[in-house]
Amino acid sequence: MKAPVELSIQSDPVYLAGARELIAALCRRVGFQDEACGQVALAVDEALANVIRHGYDRRTDGPIRVLVWPESEPGVGGIRIVIEDEAKQVDPASIKSRDLDDVRPGGLGVYIMKRVMDGVAHEKREGGVGMRLTMHRAASSDAGVGGSGAEANDG
Amino acid sequence: MADSGIGVKDETRGEARVLSPEGDIDLNASPALREVVRGVLESGGAKVVVVDLSMVDYMDSSGVATLVDAMRSARKAGVRLWLSSLGPQVRSIFEIARLDRVFDIASTADEAIERSGGEDG
Repeated sequence: MKAPVELSIQSDPVYLAGARELIAALCRRVGFQDEACGQVALAVDEALANVIRHGYDRRTDGPIRVLVWPESEPGVGGIRIVIEDEAKQVDPASIKSRDLDDVRPGGLGVYIMKRVMDGVAHEKREGGVGMRLTMHRAASSDAGVGGSGAEANDG
Repeated sequence: MADSGIGVKDETRGEARVLSPEGDIDLNASPALREVVRGVLESGGAKVVVVDLSMVDYMDSSGVATLVDAMRSARKAGVRLWLSSLGPQVRSIFEIARLDRVFDIASTADEAIERSGGEDG
């Protein structure tokens, strides 16, 4: 099904703020509380930042598409987000959260995504170029701070 | 585009430096904050550095990483680094990352300076 909302940006971090605002606004429309809207926007920010840093190696002209289904299924509350790039492909199994006991800069993005969303899945795109990230969160989810979330060393 | 999207107010209060970034601290703004904090730590003179986050409404993991890096540099330099005035979103990401127990966090910059003085003296 074609996404009702689609955002195309270049891999320049200056566009992260606009993407966050769009996602937060769509979450409010779906009926999420403010805290949950902020968490979903954070997850998208982290995903885009990872594409910019690791996929495109901080190149600022790589294409990124953000596809949003404000309801995860018709008539069902929640949000589904797909992020597609044309960057280098990596083995999805190699994209892991890091151990939080290891206090060091970096490596938190995947952990945060898994903690605040109900589902996070990376896959290689067809054709040999680019990755696809699919995330969703149900309106009734208790994911996020205080929720069960992902384990610290969850792959 | 090269707009870092952030300004950092730098104030000296006795032996403490208070750095007050203003704006969202994300992948776009983190390099600018990193440079300012590094410059203050390398310049010496301050025994206490407070990063006052009262004017920061949003932070992502790149901002958290910048502050973890600052904390490590401060420890090497013998400087006590505090974070103060965390808003709800900023506090939330520190809690999600379980770093709220790693940093010295105060309600206000003044409280951080006062607690540093009391503990040093």
